[in-house]
Amino acid sequence: MKPIIAGIRGYAEVNDEINGRFLSENKITVTDVNGQRYLGCALEKGKTLEIEGTAGNDLAFCLNGGKIILRGNGQDAVGNTMGGGEIVIHGHAGDALGYGMRDGSIYIRDNVSCRGGIHMKEFKDMKPVLVIGSSAGSFLGEYMAGGTIVLLGLGLKRGEKLFGTHCASGMHAGKIFVRGTFPKENLSPNIKITNLTQQDRKELEEYVGKYCRYFDADHDEIMKKPFRKLVPETSRPYANLYTAD
Amino acid sequence: MSVNYIPRRFTVIRDKERCINCGCCVRQCSNECHLFADDGKTVISDSNSCVACHRCVDLCPTGALRIEKYVCDYRENANWTPQYQQQICRQAETGGVLLAGMGTPKDYPVYWDKILLNASQVTNPSIDPLREPMEIRTILGRKPEKLTVEKKGKSTVDMPPQVVLETPVMFSAMSFGSISLNAQKSLAMAAKELGTLFNIGEGGLHPDLKPFTDRAIVQVASGRFGVYSDYLNNSKFVEIKIGQGAKPGIGGHLPGEKVSVEVSNARMIPEGSDAISPAPHHDIYSIEDLRQLIWAIKQATGNKKPVSVKIAAVHNAAAIVSGCARAGADIVAIDGFRGGTGAAPVRIRDNVGIPIELALSSADQRLRDEGIRSRISLVAAGSFRCSADIVKAIALGADACYCASAPLIAMGCHMCGTCNTGKCNWGIATQRPELTKRLNPDIMYKRVVNLITAWNHEIKEIMGGMGINSIDSLRGNRLMLRGIGLSEKELEILGIRHAGE
Repeated sequence: MKPIIAGIRGYAEVNDEINGRFLSENKITVTDVNGQRYLGCALEKGKTLEIEGTAGNDLAFCLNGGKIILRGNGQDAVGNTMGGGEIVIHGHAGDALGYGMRDGSIYIRDNVSCRGGIHMKEFKDMKPVLVIGSSAGSFLGEYMAGGTIVLLGLGLKRGEKLFGTHCASGMHAGKIFVRGTFPKENLSPNIKITNLTQQDRKELEEYVGKYCRYFDADHDEIMKKPFRKLVPETSRPYANLYTAD
Repeated sequence: MSVNYIPRRFTVIRDKERCINCGCCVRQCSNECHLFADDGKTVISDSNSCVACHRCVDLCPTGALRIEKYVCDYRENANWTPQYQQQICRQAETGGVLLAGMGTPKDYPVYWDKILLNASQVTNPSIDPLREPMEIRTILGRKPEKLTVEKKGKSTVDMPPQVVLETPVMFSAMSFGSISLNAQKSLAMAAKELGTLFNIGEGGLHPDLKPFTDRAIVQVASGRFGVYSDYLNNSKFVEIKIGQGAKPGIGGHLPGEKVSVEVSNARMIPEGSDAISPAPHHDIYSIEDLRQLIWAIKQATGNKKPVSVKIAAVHNAAAIVSGCARAGADIVAIDGFRGGTGAAPVRIRDNVGIPIELALSSADQRLRDEGIRSRISLVAAGSFRCSADIVKAIALGADACYCASAPLIAMGCHMCGTCNTGKCNWGIATQRPELTKRLNPDIMYKRVVNLITAWNHEIKEIMGGMGINSIDSLRGNRLMLRGIGLSEKELEILGIRHAGE
């Protein structure tokens, strides 16, 4: 079927057209996207949305098992409150990426801005995964309550840090895999650095494998550098904060 | 044993003549105030941990128990009251932030008690609600800018989604976690029978509540617990929780020990893990960002659900409500600082925010001044103790009211203010199975229905007395209100005249 051209049309019109087409089709391409918001909102399992251009804020809000392929950059709150599915971004993404994501995976070829993976949480067999090709801004994994973030640090420029300040502030579950050297001084106090277990390596292998397939990256080159794991020291960082009146 | 510097609060008085040593009080008290003496037969009491919840008093088969305030005088000091001294001792002992349940107990002005209602005499005769039609049906949602009709009189306006309530009283947000599932179920059943709504709070939807989703308001808070697309779609409306009257600017923190298997299932987080819901939504830093989340929810629900924004009543509430209206909210709930909570830092609860009466009247006035009042429905929250409070709120401009403490009291709550401990003897603010089973939804929902039915009658009586037969004619009708003992400024903010004027 022919692609939907977003152009300079408002998001409501574009989304209505997309939703209408999804009633009878499972795969739709939208081209010439110029910051239209809420694309792929609550997209169901079995549906694929391919986007060319710059997707606006709240791309794939409440994603419900669908697949989003973005050839271009994402803006803020990509995968906001996502409940499952997959988002692949051939570019970079803005703030609050994967806010409160509960399941599914997000692959970002390049870097992400502040508060990536904030409030990520896992539940039973729902385990969200966020793979970032390059670097992340401040507050990566803030309030993280489960799931996995992989930070590859590919193509970092000289002096550029793998992540910004206050990394994993308030994190109380889940794990962050980091590759190569990283700014320890930017880690929050509750975070400890450990080595990967056998199980971790198996998981990492899967995520890196997918990253390489999606973005045509060199697997061996990525695995050449060592990985470390960041985890919270305690799952109850605020356990002794209160006293009864 | 170390000295704890704090005298106990209450004394349990046991009438030995009446006590039959049956042990009922021993079994009932989760604070372990009652115990069998060494002989294994005689029941005695240790008053130190008594919170005055009256569970033992109300259940004692022979009426042998009484709770008394423990009086231990300090040297008179209007500044260093015993309360402040005791709080200092608690913090000196633990280094912790003082935490308490329920709304502020402090003696701030309650404007409801300083507002008097009108009634008709001779002109515009009063109406007898028992024998004449009296409309209290309330419809929430954004109203169109103007109506257009076709020739036969049928509306041609594309109506935004509306919610019909058979009473202006709704049950405010209380999450599963802060209250028990049985308490939530009671409210759900009552809401269904009364034709109103209950708010499930930010703790996700327990599967047992699925049959009641057509009466449910679901919340999206910063922690996004249990939020997924079906959750949004299975609701009457969706509420973005920005703030809570009892703790403006403070988020929620359900400690791991309260996250039982059931709570974890509803919140979709592992058992025993902390549920942290900080004050800011990190995707909302401005009114424009709020607009973004409102429309994201509307997009995710096919524009079928009204979206509400709940804010705490703070100093700039009126301007914020105006911003919410312009951001696309269909309903804005304002929660006054006397509102209840399952747990709030005492200093915040007792010092931050403003009374709902002032926030509501200024917000309603501001929206009218800006010509956007009809864009949103205003819901007032923050301690409604009786039907007269509700009538006054509606006359000040509220479309509907959120009530929580009152229905909890109907279910047994005695306002002991220790919800945060999770030891609620009435089975309300606890997750312990042996305590929650004490609250039988099949019985308790009926008490809540009775309460609101009684209030509905009273609201109709009061309206009838004013010669008003539809709640729409009462809404924002401040001519029906007069202040008593209020300053010029207070009257100006409330937009009412003084009694006798």
